[in-house]
Amino acid sequence: MKLRTIVWREIFERKNQLATSFLAIFLGITAIVAIRNVTFYSQKAVARELDALGANILILPKSATLQDYYSADMQEDNFPEEYVDRLMLSDIQGLDNLSPRLSSPVEVAGRSFTLTGILPMNEFKSKAAWQGAGIFARPENCGTVVKAPLSPEAAKGSLARKRVIETLQPNEVLIGNDVAVATGLNEGDKLAMLGQSFVVTAVLPPTGTVDDSRIFGHLHTVQKLTGKGAVVNAIEVVGCCNAINTGLVQKINKLLPEAKVVTITQVVDTQLKTNRMMTNLSLIFIAIIAIIGGATIANYMYANVFERRREIGTLMALGAGSRAVLSMFLLKAVLLGFTGGLSGYVVGTVLAVVLGPRLANVPVLPMPILLVWALGISIAISFLASFFPARRAARLDPCTALQEN
Amino acid sequence: MLKLESVSKTYTHRGRTVKALDNATLEITKGEFVAVVGPSGSGKSTLLLTLGGMLSPASGRVLVDGQSLYDMDIERRAELRRRKVGFVFQTFNLIPYLTALENVQIPLLLSGIDGRAQQDRASSLLTRLGLADRVDHKPCELSVGQQQRVALARMLANDPAVVLADEPTGNLDPDTSRQIIDFLAEVNAEGRTVVMVTHDMRAAQRAKRILKLVDGAIAPDGKGN
Repeated sequence: MKLRTIVWREIFERKNQLATSFLAIFLGITAIVAIRNVTFYSQKAVARELDALGANILILPKSATLQDYYSADMQEDNFPEEYVDRLMLSDIQGLDNLSPRLSSPVEVAGRSFTLTGILPMNEFKSKAAWQGAGIFARPENCGTVVKAPLSPEAAKGSLARKRVIETLQPNEVLIGNDVAVATGLNEGDKLAMLGQSFVVTAVLPPTGTVDDSRIFGHLHTVQKLTGKGAVVNAIEVVGCCNAINTGLVQKINKLLPEAKVVTITQVVDTQLKTNRMMTNLSLIFIAIIAIIGGATIANYMYANVFERRREIGTLMALGAGSRAVLSMFLLKAVLLGFTGGLSGYVVGTVLAVVLGPRLANVPVLPMPILLVWALGISIAISFLASFFPARRAARLDPCTALQEN
Repeated sequence: MLKLESVSKTYTHRGRTVKALDNATLEITKGEFVAVVGPSGSGKSTLLLTLGGMLSPASGRVLVDGQSLYDMDIERRAELRRRKVGFVFQTFNLIPYLTALENVQIPLLLSGIDGRAQQDRASSLLTRLGLADRVDHKPCELSVGQQQRVALARMLANDPAVVLADEPTGNLDPDTSRQIIDFLAEVNAEGRTVVMVTHDMRAAQRAKRILKLVDGAIAPDGKGN
């Protein structure tokens, strides 16, 4: 027989009394695990969606509306291309990519499309004034320009997803999927428009957006052909989510007071709100489990020590020291925390996997790391809540305990 | 073996000071069988618990094999109890959720003896007390007499030199009482020192020496004194 045999037997003997404490720990851990699990996969899914969306901040002329932008950013108003320089030379952190563009309607093969001028990456880098300053000099990962792939195949995806392309010659164009279908143009074909001949270097994969009806050309070519000069009518910005949360939009607004800066608020706000809500919910549950669970366990343990005074006295008469008595109660606390944490993790994970797709619309998989958290939290709470009752048991006067009948 | 030197112990009960032991001096030699008798509240149980290192006196010294019990720290006193003292209680004090075998294993577990040896020793003691077929029974599944026999087996588990019995027959019928006293005489015959507190004069008569306690003071009485 081991000390733990005595602990187990006592637990099963008085299991009904222990049920409330177990339930408090179990329910708390179940809720935490389920919320954390769903939150993790929900955040991942939103991040993926944002990634697929590309830009999350738009810089538009003051008079333009988001509606204008979504209907192919062909508003009449525009602003100087120099705004791009201002952004590049600023010390604003959290700009992952800039994509200035100028759009204009164009007719090809009797059909109307949108000709959009974009600035390839190599031209950003070639501007001497930008070398060693601005966003190219900022630390990696956040506020660093997205690296554009060099291969034409990868470039297609890159333009569609990240809004960047490494190189684009003045006589080259990329065409959206709808344009390719409508005109029958393929890669390598010649395309004549606005009195100039272009080579189709790539047909972009379908995106389901207005981009499918676009013809992408070099910004400066479009400026020249439309006779608008060195202007753009939108700058798409990929900003760090955290930077947006900490005032990136306001900083850009301050830098470019003549322009309108908007976030794709619905998506970003929803994600930020969801993240905040889930994080707060987890913290609330941890607080609840710590307070209610801890108080329930402490209450149970005090009652248990009181009820077992005679038993403790007997064990002391048989030679048990304070340490043995203390160990007995703390071992019970650890077992309670362990079983509560383990079962809470299992049920919480099952709930997350089953309910996650219905509630958050994302597939959820079990997260083994949450088991470590669940056990850590539940054992710590149970141990701390039991420590003072256990110490009281260890300090019990055996003589008084034995004489009480 | 056991020595009390001018030991006093007082309690405060409802604002009144009660003398449980009043300057008690006593020497019990190895192998003695001593019965302590006296009216209720005379301090019999206090004497027994003080001898067992469970209740520190207000003044005086308690010696076990020449060692002053209450000059030791709590852990060392517990260790001495494990090695040298076996307790028997009037209400048996068996752990209700453990089997008879496991109850007898407790002192062995506390002494750090491994599981197999614990089982062997506990089984043989229960067999000696006629409970070989009750090893897996819990206390509530045993008769009162069987429960006290389990308590006796537990008392002997660590082969103690001193047996301290507090009213061991108090809850038993005459037949079972006789069996219990026979057993205590038997363990005394093995060379163990037995100190038994009792109200039962017939049981006390089986001891080699009877001490009478009146208002916390030891008065010599009966045989052997």
